[in-house]
Amino acid sequence: MTEEREINSASFYQFLAEKKLMASRCKKCQVLYLPPHPICAKCHGNDMEWVEMKGNGKLAAFTAIAVGPSCTLEEGYDRNNPYLVGVVELEEGPKVSGRIRGLDPKKPENIKVGTPLTVEFLEQGEGKRCFVAFKAR
Amino acid sequence: MSRRTPKLARGVALVGAGMSKFGAFADKSSRDLFVEAFNAMANSVDKGMETKDIEALYVGNFSSDLFEGQGHIAPIMADWVGLVPRPATRIEDACAASGVAIREGVIAIASGLYDIVLVSGVEKMTNLPTERVTDTLAAASDAIYEASCGFTFPALYAAMATAYMAKYGAGVEHFMKVGIKNHNNGALNPKAQFNKSIKDLMNSRIEKAKQKGEPVPGWRDELDFLNDPKANPVVAWPMRLFDCSPITDGAACLLLVAEDLARSFSNNPIYIIGTGQGSDHALHEREDLTSILAARTAAREAYDMAGVKPEDIQIAEVHDCFTIAELVAIEDLGFFEPGEAFKATEQGLTALDGAKPINTSGGLKSKGHPVGASGAGQAVEIWCQMRGEAGPRQVPGKDIRLALTHNVGATGGTCAVHIYQRR
Repeated sequence: MTEEREINSASFYQFLAEKKLMASRCKKCQVLYLPPHPICAKCHGNDMEWVEMKGNGKLAAFTAIAVGPSCTLEEGYDRNNPYLVGVVELEEGPKVSGRIRGLDPKKPENIKVGTPLTVEFLEQGEGKRCFVAFKAR
Repeated sequence: MSRRTPKLARGVALVGAGMSKFGAFADKSSRDLFVEAFNAMANSVDKGMETKDIEALYVGNFSSDLFEGQGHIAPIMADWVGLVPRPATRIEDACAASGVAIREGVIAIASGLYDIVLVSGVEKMTNLPTERVTDTLAAASDAIYEASCGFTFPALYAAMATAYMAKYGAGVEHFMKVGIKNHNNGALNPKAQFNKSIKDLMNSRIEKAKQKGEPVPGWRDELDFLNDPKANPVVAWPMRLFDCSPITDGAACLLLVAEDLARSFSNNPIYIIGTGQGSDHALHEREDLTSILAARTAAREAYDMAGVKPEDIQIAEVHDCFTIAELVAIEDLGFFEPGEAFKATEQGLTALDGAKPINTSGGLKSKGHPVGASGAGQAVEIWCQMRGEAGPRQVPGKDIRLALTHNVGATGGTCAVHIYQRR
């Protein structure tokens, strides 16, 4: 029962592990929040519900990271093997940060803002926590 | 919701300002840097000051906890300059920590609570290896929703850069030109971490290659040098090494007093006539990825309070933690229209001898970016420039009466803006 889960990050990542990208929505204003917020910034009410995003969007901003945090060194990325992250604008409106795949991180100058993308779900680390990713459509 | 125009209940003046040398100092802890800045500040007070007259201390600091394994640093700083048992408060707003500390000092004096306040910032960053500095700085972003997918701090600004390029047609060389300009200024600043121009750095590498008998690089000019991935490797494309501020140790101290006391400390006090602060969402929740709402909000409050307009400001120190950040800053502050900052920079309008000199100190890029000390460091430069004490980097041909500082926390979650006047 998705509706019963609390509007918080633990629920967001539980959904993600179930391959669902979920936003929260104010029942009164219909404003969507991603990451899911528990309080509507427009009406300041807290009557929120979960809504599943279709997962389609376009690249709004990106970068190819050559010097990453220690967790990505463990994933095998480094100066010679960069990875892509970006901000993706979903068809429904909200934007979300995620790993970007299916585009060449070694040729970032060829990557275009506006490239259509679709969500995928990646796992990392010992606890195999899922995180948001997108691949080129 | 409408608000009355914010104003200070009484005036506040800056009567002393000093900083440590910025750089990498293996043998200095944050308290050593703090003492160095405190002594420089005390020496800058025209008529002298007595430590016993200081009523409170505000210290900006991002993360001594992670950088040095030392939390709760405010009382230690107070103790090392002889201020105990005065109240000592640490302020953490990422890289805007000491910009916000200035504001807290101003508020404390304007409220009437104190007459004489020490405002400062300190950060000791170079104890950690680069990847752990990257982790620590990434803690200033949203750990749950940004850093989790591998975003780093440079990467967030790099993403803003790609959005800026796509929206306005800027290219990577426009970012490089911000760095060249700031290094030209920093070359004239003896307290800067990198007090060398890009051209000097390039030439010294050519010299070194010649001395070692290695193949001599054939760079034609600074842009050619900066386009060479060996000389200027990518950190997070399109931000390369020379687009990023360095990892720095440093501290800065400011003495703020009630306006009616200013002349008893200083022959040439600088009045803080506007203060503004704002907040913003994480990058992905912003409507516009090429502008920072916190900066626009802080600027509007400071301009309204001071009763001045962007075109009245003669010089500014802005938060160029990355080259893209300076372009965004000077648009958010209203100095240039959105999408015009990169052209203005290319035309030299922001150079030391330009119409609107920006980051005459060398900026965070060249002067160095000890994150929690950078906001107070900006005020030190404004102090020097407004009093005509900036030496070889003194802005030529300008009687500086109005200046501004713009200090950003992380990707813009916080921004503090201050406006300074010389009467």
